[in-house]
Amino acid sequence: MTRRFVVSGFVLALVSLPVLAGLAGTIGPAFGYLPAIGGNSFTFEHFATLAAQPHLMRSSMVSLTAGIVATSVSLIMVMLFTAGYAGTRMFSRIQHMVSPLLAVPHAAAAFGLAFLVAPSGLAMRLVSPGLTGYTSPPDWLVPQDPLGLTMIIGLVAKEMPFLFLVTLAALPQVPLAQTRHMTANLGYGRIRGFLIASWPLLYRQIRLPVFAVLAYASSVVDMAMILGPALPAPLPVRLTQWMADSDLRMRFLASAGALLQLVLTMAAMAFWLIAERAGAFVLKRMSGSGIRQPDDRTIRRIACAAMAVSAAFVFLGLLVLFMWSVAGLWPFPSLLPHYITLQPWMRAFPQAVAPVVTTITLAGASATAALLLAIGLLWQDDLRAGDALRFVLYLPLIVPQLCFVFGLQILGLALGLEASFLLLIFVHLIFVLPYVVLSLSQPWQAFDRRYETVAAGLGKSPLQILLRVRLPMLTRACLTAFAVGFAVSAGLYLPTLLIGAGRMVTITTEAVALSAGGDRRTIGVYTLLQTLVPFIGFLIASLVPHLLFRDRRAMRI
Amino acid sequence: MKPGSKTDGLHLDAISIGLHGRTLLCLSAVVRPGDVLTVMGPSGSGKSALLAYLGGFLDPVFTANGRLSIDGSDLTGIPAENRRCGLLFQDPLLFPHLSVGGNLLFGLTPSIARHSQRRRMVEQALVDVELQGFFDRDPATLSGGQKARVALQRVMLSAPRFLLLDEPFSKLDSDLRQQTRTLIFSTAKAAGLPVILVTHDIADAEAAGGRVVVIGEETGR
Repeated sequence: MTRRFVVSGFVLALVSLPVLAGLAGTIGPAFGYLPAIGGNSFTFEHFATLAAQPHLMRSSMVSLTAGIVATSVSLIMVMLFTAGYAGTRMFSRIQHMVSPLLAVPHAAAAFGLAFLVAPSGLAMRLVSPGLTGYTSPPDWLVPQDPLGLTMIIGLVAKEMPFLFLVTLAALPQVPLAQTRHMTANLGYGRIRGFLIASWPLLYRQIRLPVFAVLAYASSVVDMAMILGPALPAPLPVRLTQWMADSDLRMRFLASAGALLQLVLTMAAMAFWLIAERAGAFVLKRMSGSGIRQPDDRTIRRIACAAMAVSAAFVFLGLLVLFMWSVAGLWPFPSLLPHYITLQPWMRAFPQAVAPVVTTITLAGASATAALLLAIGLLWQDDLRAGDALRFVLYLPLIVPQLCFVFGLQILGLALGLEASFLLLIFVHLIFVLPYVVLSLSQPWQAFDRRYETVAAGLGKSPLQILLRVRLPMLTRACLTAFAVGFAVSAGLYLPTLLIGAGRMVTITTEAVALSAGGDRRTIGVYTLLQTLVPFIGFLIASLVPHLLFRDRRAMRI
Repeated sequence: MKPGSKTDGLHLDAISIGLHGRTLLCLSAVVRPGDVLTVMGPSGSGKSALLAYLGGFLDPVFTANGRLSIDGSDLTGIPAENRRCGLLFQDPLLFPHLSVGGNLLFGLTPSIARHSQRRRMVEQALVDVELQGFFDRDPATLSGGQKARVALQRVMLSAPRFLLLDEPFSKLDSDLRQQTRTLIFSTAKAAGLPVILVTHDIADAEAAGGRVVVIGEETGR
């Protein structure tokens, strides 16, 4: 009992304290309080400065709508696809296509998309000059279109896989097949039957992740820098520029802006709460009407196509990045480079080695720590009991990163802390832990406890049972959870940028920095490296069990 | 301990198990070394709760009273890992990450410390059940009957003080069931272990040849 309290209490503090402290560190300076750089008085002056920034309204609205639209579209795609295909072979086919997307860093997906849809991108080259007659790229504002549509597409391509995977994880807790038989016998089509009978149960399970997506999408920085509008840039991008400004007094403005961001994200959430009510009302009317809609093939196919196209965008994007990274001369409108060269790699690689090493060390350390904590947490059997704990684990994902990581940076400044690698690992850990726990908890709970009972009957202590029975049997699940954490850490942009303070750079911060004017070949090399790092984690996670349990058939599945 | 003395064997003293204020079962019994007590009852009668209580892993939602002792020493409240109670389930539950020999070494009591002697004892245990040369085999490649024998030897090597059998034959086909039954009961008899068998198959009870207790709503006291 006391042991149980210690681990969950520790995790509770570990996750919630930095978030709360970070928020405080943001709110204080927003009202003028930051003694370290001479802010001693309570004032609204910084909000006035903020309001005077040009096009502030437009910046805010772009972020807000992009967040809401991207979340809605991703969720509706996942919902309709699950409704139409759960339990079929197409479902597992798409599942295998979508799952690896989770490991693709946001920045890499964004660059890939940009290189695909830009006026001189692969899509335009495919139809030029044959269909369009263009022999030079048209003067279109894509990506960076003023409405943020490209940014929304990028967000959907990256958030849809996440929502799909959390839905997959929740599916076993819903009696899907029985419900489907029942609704089918009553004459309901797949989609309508699912929406009425299963979706409300399922949605309750994935509600926190949906809010996490909403918070992320409405405050995203790296994707917005690459795909979002430029003048004015979305609010989070402008905030990041103010936060990184060498003039320390800009911190006040940035704090006030971060508070505005917090309000924006809260507005998005308030809107979402209303939308949830509306959705529930529509569902109720749908089920009350008794309309069966037995033929829903069209909707099903659209949903399936949307999933496949969205996944294909990312894969094609990575392909284009690869092509650029080895492209010699590649003028518009040639579909392929005129020749292939390794020169971009030779040129970029020497500078990239150090960031790659930093990335791997950082990701390895934070994912290891997260895995150990997750094992401790699950061993105490606390997750089923603690809804509060589940919420706290999600806290760093639901409070926009901008709003509290910046506060943490300011606190560090106020306390005179130097930017240190240890601090960076700790901040990464906060973001990595929820994903690792999520990934590990399902196989952990599915474990046949009779093995432990047998071992206890053979005289083994609980610790021996953990180390010699449970963990070895869950080797694959542990390694997968580690790889997930590794990928999350490797792809983290904003926390690395702010806490690393420019002195600790990862391949991700370097790649995003290239978005302003970097040439396509270098970007290709950096983003491929950025994608490769998490991919190696997953490769190890799938190969190591094979090697370890070469002669154990039952361990290879 | 002299055989036949008053404290010899497994003593179940007025054991009662309840759930949410409802009493599931009450039981008093003495199981002498080598004897089998068969507990029968429909599902939901508390058979598994009884087994869990005896093994020391009863879920805390249950309330349990009574006293359990073996050869005069009290086991009530002793954690599962210190009870030395050998468990056999309907599935053999061989650890899939260990070899056959690894499973047996895992079971073998740590009181035998020398590596060579441990290996020799495990090899001998395999010979005893006609599985010589199986030390390095992957348990996943064994037949159902072979797995059941390995599971039995894994328990026996742990030097248990009594055996708890949870329908251990229900997944075997009838030929194999007969053989496995005979093997387990004769092994327990030879080792002088009290055995508690939980089953819903009357043939198991007949083969065990000991006292039969029926629990469940009808006989609930």
